[in-house]
Amino acid sequence: MTTHDPISPELGAVEVHGVTRASFLLKGALGAGALLGASAVTPFVSNALAASASSDIDILNFALTLEYLETDFYQSKAKQIGLSGEAKTYAKSFGEEEAAHVAALTKAIKAAGGRPVKKPTFSFPVHDQKSFLKLAYTLENVGVGAYNGAGPSLKSKQLLVAAGEIVQIEARHAATVAVITGESITPHGAFDKPLTTKQVLAKAGPLIKG
Amino acid sequence: MTDINTSAQDGREAGAVEQLARDDVERKRFLKMAGKGVGGAAIATSLGAFIAACGSSSGGSSGSTGAAAATGSTTATTTMSASSTAMSTDLQIVNYALTLEYLESEFYAKVGASGLFKGSTLKTLKLFGGEESEHVVALHKVAMSLGKPAAKPTGKFPIKSASQVAKLAASVENLGAAAYLGQAARIKSKEVLAAALSIHSIEARHAATLNLLTKQDPTPNGAFAKPMTMAQVLKVVKPFIA
Repeated sequence: MTTHDPISPELGAVEVHGVTRASFLLKGALGAGALLGASAVTPFVSNALAASASSDIDILNFALTLEYLETDFYQSKAKQIGLSGEAKTYAKSFGEEEAAHVAALTKAIKAAGGRPVKKPTFSFPVHDQKSFLKLAYTLENVGVGAYNGAGPSLKSKQLLVAAGEIVQIEARHAATVAVITGESITPHGAFDKPLTTKQVLAKAGPLIKG
Repeated sequence: MTDINTSAQDGREAGAVEQLARDDVERKRFLKMAGKGVGGAAIATSLGAFIAACGSSSGGSSGSTGAAAATGSTTATTTMSASSTAMSTDLQIVNYALTLEYLESEFYAKVGASGLFKGSTLKTLKLFGGEESEHVVALHKVAMSLGKPAAKPTGKFPIKSASQVAKLAASVENLGAAAYLGQAARIKSKEVLAAALSIHSIEARHAATLNLLTKQDPTPNGAFAKPMTMAQVLKVVKPFIA
């Protein structure tokens, strides 16, 4: 695999307008998640979401939490299990890519005057390569849904492009895992489904220990 | 490498794109209302300009929209001008995407009929072709709700060998993903943006799969995907339009 500059130019140059809020731990975000989840009735975009308390920094921190989760999964959990073959190869390169997402999002949040969430502790209930890959599939697809769900709410166009640059990678990861495991490459068919914060937390929340 | 498997698809739900097409009714109602009220030639002119602007772009081959020229400044038209320009830009982008999807769909149809593939690879290519066709249908509906949809182009694709075709398919999908990403910041309507995002990640899935099939890196640009501008994409696509 070739190495690339890990920092996306858009995230590096971001300027976030509007109110800057202190970031909050993901558990605290459950309150915001409930607020955002209320807009699930119009899942694709809702004016409520756009006008909600969710700032760009909140969205970035939400994304950062997921990227921390994926990085930990591909780097720590994979090592713990001991993978082989393609699973090992891709866990390594995907882990590096998720780590680059962590670095870039952290930098962007700081540049915007916000406080990046601290790395949470995770627990992944998988014990072998097969269950590892099954969870990888779930997590990558949740990642796609999370970014697609949050994207239209971003006020900054630069951050939107950055989110787009990241979500495309999550989708590529999801497809790769699908190919090596025989899962569906396009589980939602021709159109990927955006997820609300609440929906994302339902999947990812149980994996976050503190 | 491992065979590509295609397992059964989950049931599909009405998505962003369908919702957006339904908004067509709302948009037409708005236009009707906008034409009434204050009355006078000025408003009629601006409404005419609004409709003309929204219908003016097709194919999206250049960066210009014609909206700037068509949207005159008349009384009470600040909102109209802004929204007509927005609609016009969005229409241009949707028509651009529609054009690319038409080409992808035609390409896959030819590939499927070529006899070059079989088994699970053929199944995957047909799956992807079906999805591109769904994109065509949906984007056409969205374009109709904004104005005039782009005409279906005629494609010309070299179909010589399985390996050449697979590589071309990979290029096409990677290009499609970059194309959508390149437009994300330009889209004005949040609904059109949501629809574009829901398609963008599908192109990415297709691209990664075909990269694997052709022994390429599923993330050839590393941790961050690369956007391409409309001009860059159309330059690459030009040889494939008859």
